[in-house]
Amino acid sequence: MTLFDVVAAVKDPELRVLNLAELGILRDVSVDGDAVTVTITPTYSGCPAMDLIRADIESALHEAGVSEISVKTVLDPPWSTDMITEEGRSKLAAAGIAPPGRVFVTLSVRCPRCGSPATEQLSRFGSTACKSLWRCTSCLEPFDAVKAI
Amino acid sequence: MSHVGYVLGLADDALVAAQRLGEWCSRAPEMEEDIALANIALDQLGVARMLLTYAGELEGAGRTEDDLAYLRSAHEFRNVRLVELDNGDFAVTMAKLLFLSVYQRLLYDRSIGVGDERVAAVAAKARKESAYHVDHSSRWVVRLGDGTEESNERMQAAVDLVWPYTDQLFEVDPDVHALSVAGVIVDPSTLRPAWLAAVDAVLAEATLTRPLDSDSSVVRRGEHTEALAKLLAEMQVLHRAHPGARW
Repeated sequence: MTLFDVVAAVKDPELRVLNLAELGILRDVSVDGDAVTVTITPTYSGCPAMDLIRADIESALHEAGVSEISVKTVLDPPWSTDMITEEGRSKLAAAGIAPPGRVFVTLSVRCPRCGSPATEQLSRFGSTACKSLWRCTSCLEPFDAVKAI
Repeated sequence: MSHVGYVLGLADDALVAAQRLGEWCSRAPEMEEDIALANIALDQLGVARMLLTYAGELEGAGRTEDDLAYLRSAHEFRNVRLVELDNGDFAVTMAKLLFLSVYQRLLYDRSIGVGDERVAAVAAKARKESAYHVDHSSRWVVRLGDGTEESNERMQAAVDLVWPYTDQLFEVDPDVHALSVAGVIVDPSTLRPAWLAAVDAVLAEATLTRPLDSDSSVVRRGEHTEALAKLLAEMQVLHRAHPGARW
């Protein structure tokens, strides 16, 4: 397993089913001698999980035998839900979280449980900065959806 | 106002707005709204942190985001007075959020590609979040304005109360003007026509009347209402009592 794979496998603390590569926030892992520099980008400007993600990356690399670790944050280009991988989208759906549509072409959100397109938005803001709150009018289950951004 | 002053102004607008929105936490009219306002506050706080860090670097005196947020007094804050005003009732909060978020969305949109690459990067990220803030506040203003007789009266009263403070969003001084001519940053005064058009559309749909333009010639930065000192007292109390405290 390369060091990139080690970092890529770290789970997102809020969307636990996704790892950092699937979420699309891992930009680079570079090795210079004993020093490893990881570059990530935040999903939202105020994402409160960033500190935890940094700590999780450090401990994962630590376990892999790396002692000199720095985690950099870059903003450019800004993260978009389009950067969530196809595998990431499938995992979100399997976990009952509606994956985001492609930005600007989202027409409706399908219920991740029964697949019905008959859903309604309860709130444009949800349990974390990146989600909104929905309800399926077919199976009546409420669910989270990752907001297209 | 220097380049640092301009960046601090944007940062302080976001920081103070975040603190005010955070006051709604556990007090909003319904659970979904509680979550929405806390989320918007978080977006604002994120922008504030990135810009405060940058302002500290520009200043070159070694001040961190925490130093700037927690160890300045009211007269050193450069936010517009609009964001420091008390939350008032829910209508006042929504009027404030509408006016601020339409301004921020325009400012961030036009800041993409400016010469100041740090501001451009923050703006490219924040503009997408701003679009949600504009949408959320617009829907509430329309729902309340075009609602019952009482909700209409209170929404109109809120717009009337807050309107005079919107002038300050578009104030510029010669330094900022010079920086914008050089392509480094955006001149806020150029945003006004687009801001008015966007706000007018929401007010019209909400069956609200736009107040007459005030002629308040206010100084943009550095002069505050007493509301800011009270807000800062709460925001800074922990850090001042326990310098360097961390969670």
